[in-house]
Amino acid sequence: MQEACCSDSSSILEISDVQMHFGGIVALKGIRYAVPPGIIQALIGPNGAGKTTLFHCISGLIQPTFGHVLFEGRQIDGMLPHKIARLGISRTFQHVALFKSMTVLENIMLGRHPKTKSGFWATGLRLPAMRREERKILEMARYHLDFVGLGDLANLPAGTLPLGKQRILEIARALATDPRLLLLDEPAGGLNIRETEVLGDLIQRIRACGVTVILVEHDMNLVMEIADRILVLHYGSQLASGTPMEIMDHPAVIEAYLGGG
Amino acid sequence: MNKKDRWAFVGMGLLIAVFPGVALNVKCISHYVDVMVFAGIFSLVSLGLCMLMGYAGQVSMAQAAFFGIGAYSSGILTSRLGWNPWIAMPAGAGVAALVAWIIGVPALRLKGHYLAMATLGFGVIVHIILGEEVKWTGGPSGMVDIPGLQIAGWKLTSEVAWYYMIWSVVFMALLFCLHVIYSRVGRGLRAIHEEEMAAESMGVPTACYKVQIFVFSAILSAIAGSFYTHYVTCLNPGSFNLMWSIRFVLMVMVGGTQSLWGAILGAVLLTFAGNEWLQIFSDFEILVYGAMLLCAALFLPGGLASLVPKVIGVFRNSLTYLCKR
Repeated sequence: MQEACCSDSSSILEISDVQMHFGGIVALKGIRYAVPPGIIQALIGPNGAGKTTLFHCISGLIQPTFGHVLFEGRQIDGMLPHKIARLGISRTFQHVALFKSMTVLENIMLGRHPKTKSGFWATGLRLPAMRREERKILEMARYHLDFVGLGDLANLPAGTLPLGKQRILEIARALATDPRLLLLDEPAGGLNIRETEVLGDLIQRIRACGVTVILVEHDMNLVMEIADRILVLHYGSQLASGTPMEIMDHPAVIEAYLGGG
Repeated sequence: MNKKDRWAFVGMGLLIAVFPGVALNVKCISHYVDVMVFAGIFSLVSLGLCMLMGYAGQVSMAQAAFFGIGAYSSGILTSRLGWNPWIAMPAGAGVAALVAWIIGVPALRLKGHYLAMATLGFGVIVHIILGEEVKWTGGPSGMVDIPGLQIAGWKLTSEVAWYYMIWSVVFMALLFCLHVIYSRVGRGLRAIHEEEMAAESMGVPTACYKVQIFVFSAILSAIAGSFYTHYVTCLNPGSFNLMWSIRFVLMVMVGGTQSLWGAILGAVLLTFAGNEWLQIFSDFEILVYGAMLLCAALFLPGGLASLVPKVIGVFRNSLTYLCKR
């Protein structure tokens, strides 16, 4: 049954038997999972379960020790992160990784990198093609800025924004790469209830645009509200997967979260 | 380019334009025009090195070697093989670019300070070759009788003509660098500087950009070396040793690694220091440079360029204060 699910060609992302070893520590013990396109897939589990490690494997920042990652049927493990970004996977980071001294707008403009191609010499000489491209970058960046609702903050240094806005900006920067798969690593971490609501709306609007979202999150209210499917990790292995309803009643999940009793 | 840079560009252009007019009329500083020609030549090197240090975050200890490759390519091709200097110059730049690429690709794929170490070794090798390859380079005694430059049949003989020619080249190089900084590639470079992992995940090919900037800095150094050769019309390997590489790094550090304006300021200041003001220290000159490097790193990490906005701020405040009274 499991095999059949993983070789399903309709999935956007296939994780096939991925293992990650750091020296003697096994962070991922053979994850095997497929994400269908167009959904919000939540990834939950206690701290140290391997959620961020799995994100790093997908986005190419680390190479899995064993196993493969397939994006739209194409093997992407072993590729450099910037090549993976070009294919259509983008991400945010658990500890907000904005370019703090660059302005809000410049941060999003940087996100257009995979979709543009003017090189060093073309930019230095200000060739006409490069100027056209630069205008387009600005136009698209403004579009994404308005999409996430930060339009009036365009010229502030990114580091001066409050955390909630920084998290939103990081999502906007990721969206600017025109991803088909978006990985969000704890986007609600450190946000208050109101900010979390805004974030939930935004993630649902992103899904409505046809972007598949994988969401690592500890805020269970948010996950239960917006996720279509949930995968539970526990000490590097899969504990359970299914719809929010199924996960809520799953005995193994209840035991892992609340302790056996 | 933003508004501030545009003003700085105009301001510096005017300053450079009127300088010979002033200097030539004051007897004790009339030879400063000659010093400023050297400062212009070294500014080309420091601009390239500033892009590498301030924006790609890498240090090269071989800029004097690339300078030497450009200088000796021009010297050998023009005086021994009779090439036109304007063809020898890009040829020398091409050689330097190729060599930089060969060193840069393996060294920059690794993170950290591998480039600094690789270039340190490479600089020493080049210096030894220039001193030992007697048949081509003239060895320790160097080369003489290298032709000067001609522009459209008009010979560049006077210092003032050289001054305006070299500083126009510096301005063109500066414009090129500013365009890069305020573009897609420049944003990528600044992003690498702040959060390399995030930049890479957003599609910035970090290793490729670092190699490109390194090659660019080598090309600028080689072009500067060619100009130097044709200006002084003689060469000896002593001008291309490790000490000179350190001086170039110092120019960028004193001026401010994050500022192209600072790189030019640093080059001018250190050229005057080396050619004029520090002559009295003779052999102890190197101690003064060491002290300068230490002071820049400890007390002025942003370099002299970081002082400029502060000075303007103080000036503006005192002006508004005076106006109110």
